[in-house]
Amino acid sequence: MSNPAKQRTEVAASTLELLHSEMVEYTTNDSKYSSHKEKAYTVLEDMGFKVGIRLGERLTRDKGRFADNLDTIKFICKDFWSECFKKNVDNLKTNHKGTYVLHDSKFTYLTRLSLSTPEETANAAKNHVVFSCGIIRGCLSSLGVEAFVTAEINALPSVLFKVIEISRQ
Amino acid sequence: MSNIAKLQKVGDSTFGRIEKINSELLTMTYGSLVTQLLRDFEDTDAVNKQLEKMGHKIGVRLIEEYMAKSNPSAGSCKEFKDTAEAIAKVGFKMFLGFNAQVTSWNQEQTQFSLVFQENPLNDFVELPERLKTEGLFYSNLLCGVIRGALEMVQMRVECIFVKCPLRGDDVSEIKVTLIDYLKEIVLEDE
Repeated sequence: MSNPAKQRTEVAASTLELLHSEMVEYTTNDSKYSSHKEKAYTVLEDMGFKVGIRLGERLTRDKGRFADNLDTIKFICKDFWSECFKKNVDNLKTNHKGTYVLHDSKFTYLTRLSLSTPEETANAAKNHVVFSCGIIRGCLSSLGVEAFVTAEINALPSVLFKVIEISRQ
Repeated sequence: MSNIAKLQKVGDSTFGRIEKINSELLTMTYGSLVTQLLRDFEDTDAVNKQLEKMGHKIGVRLIEEYMAKSNPSAGSCKEFKDTAEAIAKVGFKMFLGFNAQVTSWNQEQTQFSLVFQENPLNDFVELPERLKTEGLFYSNLLCGVIRGALEMVQMRVECIFVKCPLRGDDVSEIKVTLIDYLKEIVLEDE
């Protein structure tokens, strides 16, 4: 039910941030999946995946086809990233064999994360990138690139997102 | 300038200042949450409750941002009436980008309704008949947010969704009832 006449509306970025952290809290700490971290992550990632698919369709509505997968990844790094995470990816690396590493030096969902101990913060940080991995995978999928997306956090709030294409036909 | 107009101005300027995102991203994210909850819980009422609970936790954290970002010159809320208008004109505006109307005060001035047409959470949503009959209030999270936020400023309220366009009503309406003012007490460690 898209209504092109409807003008773009905005909400506060913090509203989404608060909702996101409550979704993380629910899946990892307060749902029937919480006792099983893998399962909780799957659920959270899947929620992101659904958002990513729809977002991919909407963001590319007026765009032509992408020349190749690298072109698609570049779209992810710029248009998609600034829409979702309010900035561009800082650095993109690829081995030209279907693996891409996207470096965001100040990932939006981690910038305000701080718990009482470094261990707790590191743990919470892991929880806070899962949904986003799902969004990225979903968006790629809607653009015809099936991939695994994982995240590696070395020094907060910097994140390396690794995209590995599943099949290259 | 009337108090309402003043608050409206505060809401507008606060919203103009803060960092914003496309509302669609919020809409879709919220949609994926509700979908998941409908899968996780068997009955619809439990979903309403869970949304309210999550909203409450959001409200508890959101009030801090409200205090910090909205211009304090808006003045404190001396009466419950001021609180109502502050929620409608500043709170809704700065977080969701639209204003709500305060209506239907009861005689004792302890109960009012927040009425609004827009609601980015509802965008692109159509509820299946089953969920309508079972009484899902899709945006029930908002009730929790209001309750949580007010609790942090010593007001205990009850919030109930009474009208929702997704169920065929012409507007959204949330009924807010003041139960009591909490005394500031220092809790002992649990």
